[in-house]
Amino acid sequence: MKVTNLDYISANPLLPEVRDAMIEAIKKDYGNPSSAHSLGDEARNILEKARERVALLINSPSPDDIVFTSSGTESINHAIKGVAFANAKKGKHIITSNIEHNSVLKSLRRLTKSGYRVTSVEVDKNGLVDPANVHKAITDQTILISIMHGNNEIGTIQPIKELCCIAREKNVLFHSDCVTSVGIMPVDVQELGIDLISFSANQFNGPSGVGGLYIRKGVNLWPLIDGGGQENGRRAGTENLIGIIGMGVAAEFAHQEMQSRLSHMKKLKNRLITGLKEKIDDIIINGHPELSLPNLVSLSVKYIEGESIVLMLDEEKIIVSTRSACASGSLRASHVLLSIDLDYADAQGTLVITFGKATTEDEIDRFINVLKNVVATLRDMSPLYKKSNT
Amino acid sequence: MYSEVVMDHFKKPRNVGEMKDPDGVGEIGNPVCGDMMNIYIKVKDGIIQDISFQTFGCGAAIAVSSMLTEMAKGKTIEEAKKITNKSVAEALKGLPKNKLHCSNLGADALQLAIRNYEDKKAGKVRVKLPMEDVHTHTEGDLCKCPYCSGDVDQGLEFCSNCGREISDTH
Ligand code: FES
Repeated sequence: MKVTNLDYISANPLLPEVRDAMIEAIKKDYGNPSSAHSLGDEARNILEKARERVALLINSPSPDDIVFTSSGTESINHAIKGVAFANAKKGKHIITSNIEHNSVLKSLRRLTKSGYRVTSVEVDKNGLVDPANVHKAITDQTILISIMHGNNEIGTIQPIKELCCIAREKNVLFHSDCVTSVGIMPVDVQELGIDLISFSANQFNGPSGVGGLYIRKGVNLWPLIDGGGQENGRRAGTENLIGIIGMGVAAEFAHQEMQSRLSHMKKLKNRLITGLKEKIDDIIINGHPELSLPNLVSLSVKYIEGESIVLMLDEEKIIVSTRSACASGSLRASHVLLSIDLDYADAQGTLVITFGKATTEDEIDRFINVLKNVVATLRDMSPLYKKSNT
Repeated sequence: MYSEVVMDHFKKPRNVGEMKDPDGVGEIGNPVCGDMMNIYIKVKDGIIQDISFQTFGCGAAIAVSSMLTEMAKGKTIEEAKKITNKSVAEALKGLPKNKLHCSNLGADALQLAIRNYEDKKAGKVRVKLPMEDVHTHTEGDLCKCPYCSGDVDQGLEFCSNCGREISDTH
C-alpha cells in the first residue's frame, strides 16, 4: 500500500518539475556564478532567473532584495542577529512572542548573553498575539520585533500587517518567520509593509537546504557569514546553485497554482476537521478557528500519548507528526502548546497533521478511520481514560 | 528507532487492563515527561499469580510495561523484587538512550505494587508514596541524566556526559 503522507511540514515532497530541473542542472554542470568567464555567465543568469521567480512569489519590489541562504533557520538567524549587531548602538531591546520556532527563540536567547534584552509577548488561547501588547512593550531601546506568520504547531496566523504598522510608526524594524506561509498562502511583502521575512523552499515542494531572506531596501543588518562578495555582499559562500534552481521552479509553481492549491487544501482541512469531530470523542482542535494555515490541523487526543499514536499509524503506512514531550528530543512538552493553556496531559496527545497539493480526500478519510481504531486501542491501555469515565 | 522486541510488545502488549480486586497496586507518574503507569498484582502463597498494567505513555513505556508483567508473572515476591529497570531494558534488547527513563518508570511501578501488597498484608493502611521515596532521583545522591543515564551532579544545568540541558527536570 502507498504511504499516506500527512507530515508535509517535515518532508514536503519535491514537485516532479522541480526534481527534473535539478537533475538537468546537475547534468549540465554549471560553473561558479562568480566566475568572469562564459560558464560563470551562464550560471549567473540562471541564478538571477531563480531570484526573479522567488521575488515574484512574495511580490518583492526587486529581485535584489532576496538573499539565498541554506535554510529557513539560517535566514532567521541572519535577520535577528544581523539586525541586533548592526543596531546595537541604537538599542538592545527586541520583542517577540512566546510561540516562536526555536530558531527565533534560541537566536534571541543567545543574544541575551551579550546584553540584549528580550520581551516575549504572550498569546491568547487561540494562539493569537494582541497588537496592543506589542505596542505597549516598545521602548526607546527597541530595535526589532520578530513575530512569526503562521505557527508551525497550531497553525494560527498572526496579524502581521497591523503589527508592521505599529513597528513602522515607532521606527522599529519588523521581521517575520514566514517559513510555514510563503508558498502556501499569499505573502506580499509590499502589502504587509514588512522589513524582513524568512522562508524555506522545502515548505512549498522545493528542495531542503535552500532558504530565502527578504531584506527591504534600506534595512541595515550585518551578514552572518563573511567571505566573498556573493549575494551582494550579504551572504558569502559559493551559492548552492542546484538547490536554488529547484527553489525557483517550486516558487514559480506555487505562485501560479496558489489559488487552486488553496481551495484544494481548504476543502481537505474542512473534511478532516468535520470527520474527526464526528468519529472520535474527546478531542481538541487547537489554534484559531479561522485565522489558521490552510494545510495544517493540530489535534489533541485526550488520555493517550502522541508517540504511540504515530508508531501505530506508521504500521498502517500513515505518517503524521506529534508534539508530545516523549517524542521530542528534549522530552519536554511543547512551549507552544503550553502557551495556549493546553493541559499537560492533552499536550501529550497532540498530533500535527499537514498536507498538500497531492493529498486526496480518500487519504483524509482513510486517516480518520485508522486513527479512530488506534485511539480506541491506546485508550484501552490508558489509566487516564478509565478514570475519566468513572 | 526501537528494537524488534520492543515493537512486538508495543504492538501486541501482554496483560493489559485494570484488575478487579488486586492484592497490590503501584501507580506512578514519570518525572521526566509526565506520563503514567499503573501495575496491579494478585498474589497467592507468595507468588505473583496474575499481573496487569495500564500505561499512558510512549511506545517504550508500553513495551516496558508489557515486558515487565511477563517477567514478574509466576515469580515469588522475593524474585520479583530483583527485577530492575536494567533487566527489563535488557530483555527488550535495549532502549534508545533517551528512553531509559521509561524503564525506570516500569520498575518503580512494580516495586510500588509489591510494597502496597506487603503493607496491606501487614495491616497498614495504604498510603500513597510520594514519588521521591521510590525514585532514584534523591537529593544528595547523584542523579541520572534522563537522556544518557549518566551521573549528573546536583545543581548542574547540563548533563556533563551528553551535554543536554536538564534544568527543568532537576
Ligand atoms: S513515557 Fe514519555 S518518553 Fe516514554
